[in-house]
Amino acid sequence: MNIHEYQGKAILKSFGVRVQEGIVADTPEEAVAAAQKMKEDFNSDWVVVKAQIHAGGRGKGGGVKLAKNHDQVKELAGQIIGMQLVTPQTGPEGKLVKKVLIAQDVYYPGESDVKEFYMSVLLDRAKGRNIIMYSTEGGMDIEEVAHSTPEKIFKEEIDPKVGLQPFQARKIAFNLGVSGDAFKDMVKFITALYKAYDATDSSQFEINPVLKTSDNKILAVDAKVNLDDNALYRHADYAAMRDTDEEDPTEVEASKSNLNYVKLDGNVGCMVNGAGLAMATMDIIKLAGGEPANFLDVGGTANAQTVKAGFNIILSDPNVKAILINIFGGIVRCDRVAQGVIDAYNEIGNIPVPIIVRLQGTNAKEAKELIDNSGLQVYSAILLKEAAERVKEVLAK
Amino acid sequence: MSVLVNKNSKVIVQGFTGKEGTYHAEQMIAYGTNVVGGVTPGKGGQSHLDKPVFNTVKDAVDQTGADVSIIFVPPAFGADAIMEAAEAGIKVIVCITEGIPTKDMIEVKEYISDKDTRLIGPNCPGIITADEAKIGIMPGFIFKKGNVGVVSKSGTLTYEAVDQVVKAGLGITTAIGIGGDPIIGTPTKEAVEMLMNDPETHGIIMIGEIGGGMEAEAARWIKDNGTKPVVGFIAGQTAPPGRRMGHAGAIVGGADDTAAAKMKIMRECGIRVVESPAEIGAAMAEELAKK
Repeated sequence: MNIHEYQGKAILKSFGVRVQEGIVADTPEEAVAAAQKMKEDFNSDWVVVKAQIHAGGRGKGGGVKLAKNHDQVKELAGQIIGMQLVTPQTGPEGKLVKKVLIAQDVYYPGESDVKEFYMSVLLDRAKGRNIIMYSTEGGMDIEEVAHSTPEKIFKEEIDPKVGLQPFQARKIAFNLGVSGDAFKDMVKFITALYKAYDATDSSQFEINPVLKTSDNKILAVDAKVNLDDNALYRHADYAAMRDTDEEDPTEVEASKSNLNYVKLDGNVGCMVNGAGLAMATMDIIKLAGGEPANFLDVGGTANAQTVKAGFNIILSDPNVKAILINIFGGIVRCDRVAQGVIDAYNEIGNIPVPIIVRLQGTNAKEAKELIDNSGLQVYSAILLKEAAERVKEVLAK
Repeated sequence: MSVLVNKNSKVIVQGFTGKEGTYHAEQMIAYGTNVVGGVTPGKGGQSHLDKPVFNTVKDAVDQTGADVSIIFVPPAFGADAIMEAAEAGIKVIVCITEGIPTKDMIEVKEYISDKDTRLIGPNCPGIITADEAKIGIMPGFIFKKGNVGVVSKSGTLTYEAVDQVVKAGLGITTAIGIGGDPIIGTPTKEAVEMLMNDPETHGIIMIGEIGGGMEAEAARWIKDNGTKPVVGFIAGQTAPPGRRMGHAGAIVGGADDTAAAKMKIMRECGIRVVESPAEIGAAMAEELAKK
């Protein structure tokens, strides 16, 4: 589960990780009040107004701006709240900004130069262990750094038996080239960061940039925190941080019916049991000349209700020109799914797009008879190849 | 031959008396699997499906000689169940449970690393040696005995492939559902290696999906060690980056774990990669006919 920057920072701070301080605001007036409070705490009029959406690259899209006085705070917050922020990660339609973080200016001048670093904590899937990945090249697109200067990316593997050891934190700090007070603070920062990652059951932390300030403090300027969905049952407080405004409304609706749905841009909807077969069905649609409109896994208990909910969700997408239902019955009995299709069809009334139903596995024959005798305008198939051909035919019409 | 399990495997079911455990234990017994009992803490001494119930895996192993376990417990107890089985000396542990936290699995992987046990899964359909033993949730009737081995991250896509293989006039030795989680006990490479070393298996079907680097690792191993035709398919050619597609591990993170990147490496390593999941069975038949 993704959370906002301000929520991620609150979690980090609760584990002793120093962060760029800030106050979240929903309106320009609240933003000004936040800036006034920041002035009391940090004795500076300068604040950074940061759009809070679940996507990176916000600065590039104009979602992060420096304000040097409170008039500017009001003006910038007014511009950013309500904007459709487009970043390299949002897609061309962008995302509506509902909140801004009024954040401390941490790039103030002082005894030494400021320096930005990159740090993330994540799972190395091949090793089955967590790693800390870090680089002296902070504040940049890390994929780009990895591509052009891979020698500037370091990885430190954590042994699950003992966790992060002090020598490892020191090694990271040395490799980042910090010294004196900044070195000590970096070791503390890394130790607290890993502790937070471990204790929160996170699946990824990405802190870009980690900043060494001009007075040699180390802090997180940004915080991308991704929590393991499978572990949310033991973190009710974090689970409550879910912001459904950041998710596709159809996906939220689908999750209420226990359907695993991802909205895509294509013209052929699909309803499948099993995640692997669902992805394979999307691929079949593409090979047949269409584009998948969604990923939809109805799971191992497909029945009349789930089929109906699936239909409603797929049909809410106006781009859908055809629907392919692909069920390989194992535990799921195909005749029940077929009856579900027929019931849903009759209940919803007129379904304006052609439907291709491919049922294979347990009770497939009975299922095909049910569909064929139902009088519905449904194309039935038994082999996956036939289903692909039906999709091609339907799209050619 | 076949791999991992056969008609002599003595199987226990962890989470035996629960709804899932009961249903699938019945199906497994009906298939002919030698289920010797089950474990439900607190119900030891009872009988379920005419088989003894034990409080601990240790008790079950001591009294039945069980060497294989299948796990149907809720995700919060999954890691504990796997470690209990490993500690009790179970040789093959099949964990069906979906939704075990990654942190738990990191600990499990570490815990079993020095034990003489093999974990399959979690979040998998299990393993089946056709006509001998079904330790999983797959529909047994689609499997016919033959010479094709299957390794797959996905359940229903495995059934699809097996069905095509059987319709092409071939059959299956062992199908291994390795699971769709980011951390699993037996990666693609190890499963392929077992089938490559099995004299009864003449060809291997390797089904992967987006996310992670297991297919590439297996492909490189096949290039250096392969002695049999391998047909490959990667699900998720049309999956958008950064979105999780059902399985916890099915997410494109970088350039290397897209379907296209995996298919390219697999082709370069001599694997017959099919674009369409509808061609898996026919491709295997063609490859075996060449021999």
